[in-house]
Amino acid sequence: MARAATTTDAFNAIAEPSRRAIVDALGAGERPVNDLVAAVGLTQPQVSKHLRVLREAGVVDVRDEGRRRLYRLNPQALKDIHDWVSPFQRLWEERYAALDDVLAGLKDSTSTPQPQGDDQR
Amino acid sequence: MITTGTATVTLPADDQILITREFDAPPALVWRAITEPDLVRQWWGAGMGEMTVCEIDLRVGGSWRYAQTAASHGQTVEFYGEYLELEEPSKVVNTEIFAPFPDSPSTCTATLTPSADGTRTTFANLVQHTTQEARDMHINSGMEVGMQRSYDALERTAVDLVN
Repeated sequence: MARAATTTDAFNAIAEPSRRAIVDALGAGERPVNDLVAAVGLTQPQVSKHLRVLREAGVVDVRDEGRRRLYRLNPQALKDIHDWVSPFQRLWEERYAALDDVLAGLKDSTSTPQPQGDDQR
Repeated sequence: MITTGTATVTLPADDQILITREFDAPPALVWRAITEPDLVRQWWGAGMGEMTVCEIDLRVGGSWRYAQTAASHGQTVEFYGEYLELEEPSKVVNTEIFAPFPDSPSTCTATLTPSADGTRTTFANLVQHTTQEARDMHINSGMEVGMQRSYDALERTAVDLVN
């Protein structure tokens, strides 16, 4: 189940913290490299290197607008990651939905008077 | 009254899973629900099978053990670990071992943060694995449980249609 140590896969591409910072910065919309340099606090060559990895993994797309190169997220790559996590999320949501019911019961038992003079614990 | 909102699961680092959810109850009650065996039994199984073991020795250095019979395949699924930090009603740190993989312990840090008026709780559980492989295995095992669950629901729906 361990994935091959390749950066051509979206999961490995975003495993690197700087690349996740770039993905976060692109969450606000399409941006040129200089914007990203300012947003993530790395040098321009470092950001360019990470962008190349993210492009190869299909996490970001690039397009030319005049002399500028604009980078943006590719939603499909992020959806793959979301799809991988979501069954685990569902398990916890079901567990926590059951916990909601338990808490509702506890609130009822602590907020109403105890006519039998039961121990409040 | 049921709290709205969905548990969010994120992967803050290669070897971490963070599960966050808000509850419509103050931290003192959420604390009880996650530390008293009679209450844990009511929600941990999440309808996926009877909880057969729920042992909680709530003290630093004390151990805990949960087991349930998986409804989908009848096998026992068992977890255990040790309490490392207890700060009622705001923090629980414990180790967690999924029984088939005793060499891959994770450390879970649960924090209970009250809302401004103290009536609600944000519950965050950070699961720290030792390696990315262990983290991925954890997610993948969750995936399998989720899938089994879906197939169970599908089967029930189909059976209902037949009857």
